Amino acid sequence: MIGYDEWHYDVLVIGAGGAGLRAAIEASATGARVGVICKSLLGKAHTVMAEGGIAAALSNVDERDNWQVHFTDTMRGGQYINNWRMAELHAREAPKCVHELESWGALFDRTDDGRILQRNFGGHKYPRLAHVGDRTGLEMIRTLQDHGIHMGMEVHMECTIISLLKDEGRIAGAFGYDRQRGGFILFHAPAVILATGGVGRAYRITSNSWEYSGDGHALAYQAGAALIDMEFLQFHPTGMVWPPGVQGILVTEGVRGEGGILLNNKNERFMFNDIPPLYRNQTADSPEEGWRYTQGDRDARRPPELLTRDHVARCIVREIREGRGSPHKGVYLDISWIREKMPDAPGFIRRKLPGMYHQFKKLAGIDITKEPMEVGPTTHYMMGGVMVDADTQMSTIPGLFAAGECAAGLHGANRLGGNSLSDLLVFGKRAGLYAAEFASQNKAGKTDDVNIQSLADDAVSFFRQPDGENPYAVMTALQEMMQDLAGIVRTESELLQAKESLIQFRQRARKVRVEGNREYNNAWHTALDLQHMIIVSEAITLAAIYRKESRGAHFRIDYPDPDPVNGKMNQVIRKDSDGRMRVESIPLKPVRPDLQQLIDEMK
Amino acid sequence: MIMNAEFQIWRGGKDSAGRFESYTIETTEGMVVLDAVHHIQSSQAPDLAVRWNCKAGKCGSCSAEINGTPKLMCMTRLSELPLGQPVTIAPLKAFPLIRDLVTDVSWNFRVKKKIPPFRPRKPDAPDGTWRIAQEDIDRVQEFRKCIECFLCQDVCHVLRDHQQFESFSGPRYMVYLAALEMHPLDVEDRIPLIKKENGIGLCNITKCCTAVCPEEIRITDNAIIPLKERVVDRFYDPIRKLFNLFK
Repeated sequence: MIGYDEWHYDVLVIGAGGAGLRAAIEASATGARVGVICKSLLGKAHTVMAEGGIAAALSNVDERDNWQVHFTDTMRGGQYINNWRMAELHAREAPKCVHELESWGALFDRTDDGRILQRNFGGHKYPRLAHVGDRTGLEMIRTLQDHGIHMGMEVHMECTIISLLKDEGRIAGAFGYDRQRGGFILFHAPAVILATGGVGRAYRITSNSWEYSGDGHALAYQAGAALIDMEFLQFHPTGMVWPPGVQGILVTEGVRGEGGILLNNKNERFMFNDIPPLYRNQTADSPEEGWRYTQGDRDARRPPELLTRDHVARCIVREIREGRGSPHKGVYLDISWIREKMPDAPGFIRRKLPGMYHQFKKLAGIDITKEPMEVGPTTHYMMGGVMVDADTQMSTIPGLFAAGECAAGLHGANRLGGNSLSDLLVFGKRAGLYAAEFASQNKAGKTDDVNIQSLADDAVSFFRQPDGENPYAVMTALQEMMQDLAGIVRTESELLQAKESLIQFRQRARKVRVEGNREYNNAWHTALDLQHMIIVSEAITLAAIYRKESRGAHFRIDYPDPDPVNGKMNQVIRKDSDGRMRVESIPLKPVRPDLQQLIDEMK
Repeated sequence: MIMNAEFQIWRGGKDSAGRFESYTIETTEGMVVLDAVHHIQSSQAPDLAVRWNCKAGKCGSCSAEINGTPKLMCMTRLSELPLGQPVTIAPLKAFPLIRDLVTDVSWNFRVKKKIPPFRPRKPDAPDGTWRIAQEDIDRVQEFRKCIECFLCQDVCHVLRDHQQFESFSGPRYMVYLAALEMHPLDVEDRIPLIKKENGIGLCNITKCCTAVCPEEIRITDNAIIPLKERVVDRFYDPIRKLFNLFK
């Protein structure tokens, strides 16, 4: 018998980034008993890495902006396979959520008349991103944290969930372990919210930290919930490429929003060479017009550097593949050139992009006010995830909710920068509210001790493997494989190879060997995370095989164009009754006529 | 440029006698200390306990004492260190050890919870929000850069050497209190608490906290001293004292 501690809550929130904390605050406000599972220490979640801003049509900087424009921008960015109801709720409710943060103490940068300042970002028609320099995510998570701790929620820091528990088809709780002591914990709750973030650790080059092993995606899948859009993984166009240790670390899109340009080794502004038809009307004709746009000229159109991330990332890959890249296999991102345009350019750059200035100075020895940065695409954000009801965020399992990156629908085939922070707030809040409501109407289910014992036994089995592999080595090999075969540019033969190799990886991962004891043993944590990474890798690969077209972040060289039939489908991933992963296409729901009209009017 | 370097890393749990273990690895250009620790972990010491997250100096998880100085491992490049001699990496000394490089920093979270939260004045702009001038928040934005790495807490003599955890909240919370007190919308009065519960008088402004802050927040000059002044104005102003006597 393996022992465990037990906790009882009305609502259990798994994840303590922006979505998890926002959900926990909302659920606590209803009077529910709320437990929050935090994989790291509180306030360290990946939300702190968000730099550029929160997208919300506050129309403080340009009064032509409103929720309708934000809605159509989001749909266009997602290539129209988004859940339109989520896109509508998101655009309508984001401004209120930003003001709510301000009322909890967040201090955004200001306009001259004392309102919240907004900046330009890729795919957003008007300046829409509320921000704090380039550390918006830190401001947001700290505000939520400092507000949340006074709401009565209980936070379990350094705790990881390894399985959800069900009772006759609905959710009953979750089972996990405490990193510090290595003990197991059973959480009873009639409502569980997944807010676990992304899957970036399945790839070698990523902006994500070790935590992002797709836990929520894998937990939901294992419990029988449906996942959608798993083929849509966003590669952020600008990650650091040098030195090797910092490869993948994010360079904010804010650099381009403030006037930064992309250059190849021929000093050519290559983004002007390839502008997609969907965006031709909205893109500048000349560098001069692009510059005027970044400086707030309302008649100018956006420079091609601010096209959507999927497109910019692919253009960068093409430059590198065709031999026009920089020495460390990237391209140049230059903000220093603006000294031709303004007197105190270095001061401006340091004020607007202090984090980037510091990051390059410290880690690469580069002064971005004087010289260009070297950047390349990095695995950044999972558009796919748990399929949820747009209004309540409940998954296909009663009592199981999901919000933020691990939920899917809002972003479709490609997310616009700034829409994730607003996503967290809008849908974190909704998930918290509806989970608390569900909990008030449903008693906690029963948990099965035999099942729990077998979960615990599985988890400690890695200490008994006589000659298994090193878990870090298997993880690195998996990351290399996914990077090479299911990355930014995809093709059937490579994806099939990935699928084949994942069968081997699943067996290798079950047999990794861990030494020592369970107290803060990173090798053991890695062995457990690996199981989740393999499930999400399989889901990405299968979904990518089945979508035989290119759309948004999913690019197939064997099917380089969008296909109208595929463009009306989402792909759903589920676990079969025989335990196998299955993909199935489901038709998109028809867009409500008034929203369809908006889309058509703003095309 | 590849060269070998030796790292001496603290190994041991809270109940066992700890010791520095030596590991030698090949280092490459641009490596930071956290890269070296990860390299050692994956090749030589799989169960080495280390806390980290963003690897970009933004989350404040990977705090440790490198050659005796509190630093973020992710932001310390090997090229800054004398690699001719072993590099020592030890856990934060001010806090109880959990294992290897990981310490129990939960005290910090308990201190924060006791500080009265932000309480705004009523919205006074026509649209139901507030108008705030940028120049009124510049100083607060400096404090809000804090990534809660607790390096300042680790280096503070009052905590590190004198273990006054009951009577002094440490530099991190002076910065937090300053951010609240100087927030243009906040109406809570924390000055009596800052004097008593948070023990600001115990700081003797040696500025060690400022020296280790990875966000370069001028903790002593911009947060602690102004708060000390506010406490003095409230409690030690001789004219006010006289005035109070006759009130």
